[in-house]
Parts: sequence; C-alpha cells; structure tokens
Amino acid sequence: MSISVRNINKRFGSFQALNDVSLDIPSGELVALLGPSGSGKTTLLRVIAGLESPLPGGSILFQDEEVKERSAHDRQVGFVFQHYALFHHMSVFENVAFGLRVQPRGIRPSRKEISDRVRSLLALVQLEAFANHYPRQLSGGQRQRIALARALAVEPTVLLLDEPFGALDAKVRIELRRWLRRLHDEIHITSVFVTHDQEEALEVSDRVVVMNHGRVEQVGTPEEVYNHPANPFVYHFLGAVNHFAARVENGRAFVAGAELPAPEFAGRAAAAAVGYVRPHEIEIIRQSGEGAAIPALVRMTNGAGPMARIDLERIEDGEAIEVVLSRERFEELELRAGETVYLVPRRLRLFADDAQSLAQPATV
Amino acid sequence: MKVGHMKIAFRRPSVLPGFGVTLGFTLFYLSLIVLLPLMALAMRTSDLTWSAFVEIVTAPRVVAAFRLSFGTSLVAATINTVFGFIVAWVLVRYPFPGRRLVDAMVDLPFAMPTAVSGIALTTLFVGNGWIGRWLEPLGIQVAFTWLGIVMALILIGLPFVVRAVQPALEDLEIEMEEAAASLGARRSQTFVRVILPSVAPALLTGFAMAFARSLGEYGSVIFIAGNLPMKTEIVPLLIVSNLEQYNYPGATAIALVMLLTSFVFLLFINGLQWWTRRHRMKGIS
Repeated sequence: MSISVRNINKRFGSFQALNDVSLDIPSGELVALLGPSGSGKTTLLRVIAGLESPLPGGSILFQDEEVKERSAHDRQVGFVFQHYALFHHMSVFENVAFGLRVQPRGIRPSRKEISDRVRSLLALVQLEAFANHYPRQLSGGQRQRIALARALAVEPTVLLLDEPFGALDAKVRIELRRWLRRLHDEIHITSVFVTHDQEEALEVSDRVVVMNHGRVEQVGTPEEVYNHPANPFVYHFLGAVNHFAARVENGRAFVAGAELPAPEFAGRAAAAAVGYVRPHEIEIIRQSGEGAAIPALVRMTNGAGPMARIDLERIEDGEAIEVVLSRERFEELELRAGETVYLVPRRLRLFADDAQSLAQPATV
Repeated sequence: MKVGHMKIAFRRPSVLPGFGVTLGFTLFYLSLIVLLPLMALAMRTSDLTWSAFVEIVTAPRVVAAFRLSFGTSLVAATINTVFGFIVAWVLVRYPFPGRRLVDAMVDLPFAMPTAVSGIALTTLFVGNGWIGRWLEPLGIQVAFTWLGIVMALILIGLPFVVRAVQPALEDLEIEMEEAAASLGARRSQTFVRVILPSVAPALLTGFAMAFARSLGEYGSVIFIAGNLPMKTEIVPLLIVSNLEQYNYPGATAIALVMLLTSFVFLLFINGLQWWTRRHRMKGIS
C-alpha cells in the first residue's frame, strides 16, 4: 500500500519539527528516512503512524485514502520502536498475539488460529524456541525481532520502524539489517525505517529520503543520492568528504592552487563555490602536471584494512585532506610521512555559492 | 568446606564491602526493635492456659471486634487502592499548575496526629456537621457507625497507595502504550492489558501497606467510631480497654491473635506480589 504525505507541518512549542513536508512512498518499497538528529525524520514517521498529530492542513494518504484524522489504533500500521517497547509482563507468545487478542469479537481469529499465526510469525523471525520466554530473557537483537513479529501479526498495511537497529551493538546491527532486507524481499510490505546511519540507509533501502531541519532534501535510490547529491548537505551527510573553497569561472575551477575543468559552469560569470571530493575519488601522484593537481604534504598513512587511508595537509593553506587508496596502489606508491605529493580529484562536485558571487565582472 | 561453599552462593564480590557488618546490624536491630517486644507479648500470653486463651479470644465481643477491624480495613484498603491509583496517575501523567502542592498534600495524613484527623472527620460527619447534615436525611449515618471507621481508615491509608504506585507509573514506558495503540488496542484494552498488569505489584504493595496500617490504627478511629461493644469497637480499642482494667493476659491474648492473623495476611499478599513479579525478575538475576 502506497503512502503519500502532503504539506504536513508539525511544531513542538517554537520548534518546527516538520516544515511543509510532502513525500510519496510507492507500494512495496523499503524506504529509509535518513537525517541528523532533530531533522524531523522520527516525527514524520510518528505522524504517519498516528502517534503524533500534525498541524491542521495537509493530508496523509494510504493508497488514496485519507487517514489523517484516524487515530493510531485505526490505521493498521505496524510500528517498531527503537527500544522494542515489548510488554514485559507477557511471554514472547503473548506479545506477538496481543494485536490479535484485542481485535473486536466479530473479526478476532479463534484461539487455534491465533496460536497458528503466532507460531508461524515466530518461525519467520527464527525464534520459535522462545515462545514461552519473557522479553527480559532475550538479547537486544532477539527482542527487536519479536517486536517485528508482533507488528506483523495484525497484517499491517504499512510497516514503520523507528531506528530499529539503533540500540544494538555494531555486529548485531549489520546482521539484523541484512536479515530485514531479506525479510522484506519475502513479504513485500511497504516499509519505512528511520535511521541516522547513512551506511545503513544506503545498504538496506530501495529508496532514501534525506531530511534536514524538518524538510526533505532529496529522495532517490541509494546510488542516486550517493553519486548525485542534490546539495552540499546531502553530499556531506552521505559519507566522508573533503571540501575546498573554490572559485569557478567560465568552465574552469580554481581549487587550492590547482586549475581544474568544470564544464557545468561553462559560460558562467566568476563565482565563489564549494568543491566536494570523496576520499576514494582522489588520485595521488608524485609529479605535478601543469597546475592540474593540488600539492599536499603526507602526514600519516594507515594500511590496515582492505583500503589504505592517508591523511594529508594542503600546502596552500594547511587544511586536512583524507584520501582512501586501494591496497595495490598504496603499496605501489610507498608513501612516507613528510613527503610532498600531488592530488588529482577524479570527481569534483562543485556547488556555486550564489549568495557570495564575486563582484568581479565576467570576462567573456 | 560446606561453609565456604555457602559463602560463594550468596556473597558476591562487590565494590562496597561490608556484607557481614550490615547483615549483623540488620539482624540485631530488627531483633531489638521488632522481635523483642513481640517475644514479650508471646511470653505474657503463655501465662494463660490454653483453654483460658481460647475462651478469651472466642468471646463474642472479641470476635465481633476482629470482624469489624479486618472488615473495615479490607474495605478501606480496597477503596484506597482504586482512588490512590487515580491520584497517582494524575500526579504522574498530567503537568498541571499546583501539581507539587497536591503532591505534598498527599502526605498530610502521614504527618497529622491521628487524633486530629479523627476529630476533624467526626465534626464533618456528625448529624449537624458539614457533610453529615446532607447524609443524615438520606438515612446514611457515618459518624459512630462502621462507615465512619472506614472513612478514617481511608484517610490514613491513602498516602501508602499513592506513594507505592507513583514510582511504578513513572517507570512505565509511554512507548508500551503507543505500541498497544498501533496494534489496534483501544484505550480501555491498553489500560487493562498493559498498564494495570505492569503496576500490579506496586498496587499490591500499596494495598498491603494501607491494610496493615488500617489494622493497627487507633487514634483517628476511636473518635468517629462511637466504640459500642459488639458494634463499633475495633480490636486495638479492645486491647486498650483490657489494659485499662489491668487485664494484661486478656490484652496480650487478643494482641497475639491480631498479630498472627495480620502476619498471615501480609504473607499471603507478599506471596501474591512474588507471583506477579516472578516473570519480570527472571532473566534479570
């Protein structure tokens, strides 16, 4: 079932948590709401679930059906909380059965059906053996799987997960998110999960919604948002990045003492810009080629792990730069701390800072 | 060998040493303050022959007093459990102006001399009192009946329930209620299936404390009860009047029965608490 959010606003006191947010989530997709804390991602999720009521105006549609005025218990959403929110006084079995047991008598399944449904859900989350345990006897990862089974028991139209892996340790988190991805491929329920971890969002989801300051900054597949970030915020948020103060003029960019081609600015007047390069998109060479490279000083190298990491310092202004190289290239170069090398950005992403356009007139 | 093994069983290494000293102190203190007087009580009773003892405690006047004391205490503790829960709920859940003041007022029955509360209640509920004058025409007489005793016991028992339930309600995760709602539970279902079971142990504690306190209450009750033998005479009063007549064996015999019955009651409530808490304690240890 698709979800459409239209012009939703939410305010906590004087804090604008959601600022005219509109968003379309296609049926059957697994979508990540990604953003720093305070970006409004959890608020948006809770508004969709009916746990938070937005300001008047706007609408929330589940498959073209307005649900904004419906309370949480009428929306048929499955909600999974960061801290599981399991019922401590109930066994695992009773936790999963809860949503079925509270259904009105007319539509409530029989005892036998409830028992069968719970057993099959416990099998789905691979915890059949724990039916008679209590939540406190389970590990964090197990509890979150039970919370998921409990949410799925009522056959929700959409599944909403609020930082579902946030309370788990690193290894369990990775296992569980891959497991969630496989589960989603099996059951294909429209799912939205909130995360502040870009790696998690990029790895698991079909589509990433990047949020900041109560607004949606960009929506796209993981490849789109990573490779074609719409703005500096998205670029920054999705992974490590080096940034340079730059000047663009008529198809050329002047960055830290180097002159590089910038075809997207062809025919534009001189302007201040910010350039972004990811650490693995920089080539290190020993010889400068006609000013097309940025001179830098090697400060430290770290060859542990599948990729080598090199910390450098720009000679021009002493700013730090991080470069990631393949092992082969790293061993071939034999870099030593203190030596001077030249950096060639393979992919430089420039964002013109229009507010600070240089006063200098164009010289075309 | 055996001793060494025992030590390992219940003495875990901890940052703060002093298990031996504190346990010793606890046992000594409890013996001095609690056990010694109770021993004396039992000793005094042993002056009586068994048949004399039975005769005293099965006298119709004594049985009536027991029935009244336990009956009114049960009723008052039950009422307190319901309304104490509501008071605690309001104090925990809703920030309203003057909440701290109301919160402090809950403790007043703790602090007030019980005789003062007794006299105050009597003044309210007698035939021409502020409340009594409206109830009397309806045929409801509170002062000098068992209803009056219940009123007094409700007053002094309320803080026990509120103070027992408050922390449990504060610890209740709002998320559990949200989870219940998102699973389709209506508010009443969330309350009955999620909130109530979660605070049940605390409610039982509050009930037990209010009940125990009510059983022993003397000061506030004697003013409003009227103290008619067979009708509105509570056990503590019976004990005092026996003492005033220098009938020490009679007083101690009644007291001993009172003590044993209360003990059984509290043991039962404790068992119930253990039973409701059992699940959540699993896995923690």
